[in-house]
Amino acid sequence: MIQRKFKIWLEIDWLTIAAYLALVIFGLLNIYSAVYQPEHPSLFDMEMRYGKQVIWVVLAFVFALVIFLIDARFYQFIAYPFYLIMIFLLIAVVLFGTEVNGARSWFQAGAFRIQPAEFGKVAVVLTLAKFLSTFNIQIHSMRTLTILVGIVFLPALLIFFQNDTGSALVYFALIFTLYREGLTGYVLWIGLAIAVLFVFSFIVNPFYIALIITAITVFLYYQDRKSVLESTIALLTFTFTNILVYIINEYFDLGYQPFFLVAMSTLPVAIIFLAYAIWKRIKSAMYLSLIIISSIIFLSSVDFVFNEVMEKHQQTRILVLLGLKEDPKGAGYNVNQSKIAIGSGGFSGKGFLEGTQTKYDFVPEQSTDFIFCTVGEEWGFLGTTSVILIFVFLLLRLIVLAERQRSNFNRIVGWGVISILFFHFSINILMTIGLAPVIGIPLPFFSYGGSSLWAFTILLFIFLKLDSTRKEFLQ
Amino acid sequence: MKKFDNRKYVIGAIIIAIALAMIIRLFIIQVVDNKYKLSAENNSQRHVVEYPARGMIYDRKGELMVYNQAAYDLLLVPRELKSFDTLAFMRILGIDREYIRENIAKAKQYSWHKPSIFLKEISVETYAVFQEQLYKFPGFFVQTRTLRKYPVPVAAHVLGYVGEVDDRWMEQNPYYKPGDYVGISGIERAYEDVLRGQKGVSIFLVDVHNAIQGHFMDGKYDTLAVRGENIVSTLDLKLQAYGELLMQNKIGSVVAIEPKTGEILCLISSPSYDPNLLIGRIRSVNYQALSRDTLTPLFNRAIMAQYPPGSTFKLVNGLIGLEEGVIDEYTAFSCNGPASVPIKCSHNHRSPISFIHAVEESCNSYYWKSYQAILNNPRYSRIQDSYTAWRNHAMSFGFGKKFNTDIPNELSGFIPDYKYYDKYYGPKGWRPMTIRSLSIGQGEIQITPLQMCNLAATIANRGYYISPHLVKEINGKPAYSDSVTYHKTSVSRENFDLVVEGMSLVYQGDHGTARWYKLPSIPMAGKTGTAENPHGEDHSIFIAFAPVDDPKIAISVVVENAGFGSTWAVPIATLMMEQYLTDSISKPEVEKRMIETNLVARGRGTSDKKD
Repeated sequence: MIQRKFKIWLEIDWLTIAAYLALVIFGLLNIYSAVYQPEHPSLFDMEMRYGKQVIWVVLAFVFALVIFLIDARFYQFIAYPFYLIMIFLLIAVVLFGTEVNGARSWFQAGAFRIQPAEFGKVAVVLTLAKFLSTFNIQIHSMRTLTILVGIVFLPALLIFFQNDTGSALVYFALIFTLYREGLTGYVLWIGLAIAVLFVFSFIVNPFYIALIITAITVFLYYQDRKSVLESTIALLTFTFTNILVYIINEYFDLGYQPFFLVAMSTLPVAIIFLAYAIWKRIKSAMYLSLIIISSIIFLSSVDFVFNEVMEKHQQTRILVLLGLKEDPKGAGYNVNQSKIAIGSGGFSGKGFLEGTQTKYDFVPEQSTDFIFCTVGEEWGFLGTTSVILIFVFLLLRLIVLAERQRSNFNRIVGWGVISILFFHFSINILMTIGLAPVIGIPLPFFSYGGSSLWAFTILLFIFLKLDSTRKEFLQ
Repeated sequence: MKKFDNRKYVIGAIIIAIALAMIIRLFIIQVVDNKYKLSAENNSQRHVVEYPARGMIYDRKGELMVYNQAAYDLLLVPRELKSFDTLAFMRILGIDREYIRENIAKAKQYSWHKPSIFLKEISVETYAVFQEQLYKFPGFFVQTRTLRKYPVPVAAHVLGYVGEVDDRWMEQNPYYKPGDYVGISGIERAYEDVLRGQKGVSIFLVDVHNAIQGHFMDGKYDTLAVRGENIVSTLDLKLQAYGELLMQNKIGSVVAIEPKTGEILCLISSPSYDPNLLIGRIRSVNYQALSRDTLTPLFNRAIMAQYPPGSTFKLVNGLIGLEEGVIDEYTAFSCNGPASVPIKCSHNHRSPISFIHAVEESCNSYYWKSYQAILNNPRYSRIQDSYTAWRNHAMSFGFGKKFNTDIPNELSGFIPDYKYYDKYYGPKGWRPMTIRSLSIGQGEIQITPLQMCNLAATIANRGYYISPHLVKEINGKPAYSDSVTYHKTSVSRENFDLVVEGMSLVYQGDHGTARWYKLPSIPMAGKTGTAENPHGEDHSIFIAFAPVDDPKIAISVVVENAGFGSTWAVPIATLMMEQYLTDSISKPEVEKRMIETNLVARGRGTSDKKD
């Protein structure tokens, strides 16, 4: 027995733990610097955030230890009950929670606050893993997909109701896990296509986009079928109906927007082609007509949602992010200040505690979501690159660990941890350098805050525990 | 799941691609692009608030009443503080070591890295010297402010003063930050939004030597301060100053209105104070002293003191009697002089006396009898109804309510309603006899000097008034043309003509209470009054307007503890009207006597400051 335990300690992946410790300690240093006040120089000053963070870190280590002491099978066993408890807590926090910065996502007891949404990730990862590792599961069956969507969307929806959109979006990162587990690769491509279409719909008049998409699909069709006759018919039909609608609009002086005209002429033609393709069972024509139809619907709904549904400040945020509008005092303020802080660090940074931008409170939320600014300003390009490289090392190492699992459950937990860490890491850093929208999620292991540190630690160490016992599974 | 094994490479590639994108972007921001870099090592931005010049205030003729003077505040950012030559610092600024220690501690307490005010309002000379030495004192910098200045030290109450915002005000108006100035009383308060302008902010780059290196990002994020708008007041500066001169060493107030427009020509409360005392650093000391003064110079009597109007109110009662039809032009009542019951009449005059002469000679018996007739009017079955009819008439003159224009802190005066007496005496417990004092303007009625003047203006207009107000134009545009309300009284014009005739006789008649001061050149009309004062000698009251047929000015004068209206209030009002209409004084000896007399000692009693 003693021998076996000893072996388990040997089986722990110390490389991952080293990366984890590096991030936590470097994070603590930066929190110290970000909120540093000369009157409170002690790192253990409990009045300051760094004093509190020291406690969170120590407790996180305790959690990690406890997780190692528990039998690995417990995590599989606890998955569903834990999920139900989390759902219950997420509902409770919507109803009875304390509101901080406009988000009702905290339980408060005295001076301590806890954010259930952070721990929800652990529950969802375990539940997803347990469900997907069920014997003989068919990921593309309707029933499986529905349950999967339910597992992921239910907590996301509840968090969305807490007005904490950022934390809700994190759950979508689990698409990576599903992709690894065999979900069709189209989900990634469709996601990418939607993002590109969305961005372009603001930059280029949707009128041109619709025309270009039509032209491209006809070209792709030609590539697929090598039939000049069919392609020409398709092209002529689109051209003819477009011109017809255009002439009607001019002649009767109806005054519709160009995009509306293209949509009105292209959509019926595409639907007819679709029907024809289904009848004749031409797969490529079916997909291509579907692409035209869905892009036109998507373009119109973006237009509609942006102009009719979104509020002014949301519109501004999107326009600022896409670089179509300059608003350094309003929506772009955080990002602009954040870029100035990072940029002012230069190659090697201003040195520990020497940052001025971050300390002047120019960067809001700077010990939590914008902690990367402090890294950028005080440690320079060397510091930022180091942090990114440690994260990349951690993620790639976790991929290696996940792939060496013999149990499906263990592997899926590993991929869940990877997906969530990756999403947090990429969105958080991309937003501080102005490449992603400011959705306010913390940098794992780095940002100030007990809930997020604990949740990430628990996630990571559950997987490390599973990994350390991987040889006990035979499959 | 073996067939999906290579998907780990796809995800790994995505991770590496995004990390590469981050590193490239960071390399551009941090190393290549100088846009985000600030020039020297350890440099920082400094947000300097640009305070707009507050709008200036002119009088109706374009004379400057309030302007601005530059002042410099010394600010401190504790974080940038390094040890410095305190001796030189103290010498230049004229402060002691204790002050430095205290204020640095205070600034640190407020914020470690935000600027707080270290020393307020350095003079231009000190500023010039200090600016050259500024580099020796890291952490300190100077910010320009403006202070109010008053070329002619009058109209302190009307103009009001400017002071630092308090916490309550900042909570309600997030525009204001600690140390900002805000109008606290008078026009400064009423027109704060117009006068203050819009603050701007300049973001400077500052190097290690604490010297400004230029605008951050070429001023892209700077905003310009927008100066406040100028205001043209309705006041006549010369008349205001003259009135304050006449009222010196007296307690009371003078209000003059242009009847046709409702524009207040002067609004004097005496004793007053020099408005220059309440600016800048000296303000708090002086304010303390003024607020401790037993003569309450900070109290604006013209709009906040409420007196029983005395005999001037007989005009209102007479008009209501005529309108209600209980008396007419020819109605005459007998008077037994001092032997009259229930109210003695101190004036020795013929009896019986008719309406016009009752105005001229202010016969108490006449007004008691006509008031009795109003309340016993057979048209109403109960006294509550007849009293309410009377009260509604009186309220139509603007009594018992605020004008609600641009006069901050005005009080509404008081005309009790019937419930007040019902409560006191029981619904069946009061009769005209019970409230007889009201017939001669004594008793429970309370009226402010502004309302008295408005009464004069209403009579001058023969039946209507325009709500009195203090500001004529804002930035060249009329301030009130549309919104000033026209108020018609419930009394018809013919009745006003009768009263005007009587008021004319007050000056022109052989027995008129103001006959000693009549001027051949200007036909005037007025009415004296004496307000009984439980604390000391009676208050002398007079309301008047001139010229009678085309009134240009209506005036009310209250001199506290001065006895009969005719002795002090009449000459002051007459001098004021003559001064305003002819710009000269035909009886300098009267003027001299008024200026030199000191009535303050005659009674320490002040008016009732009831709400």
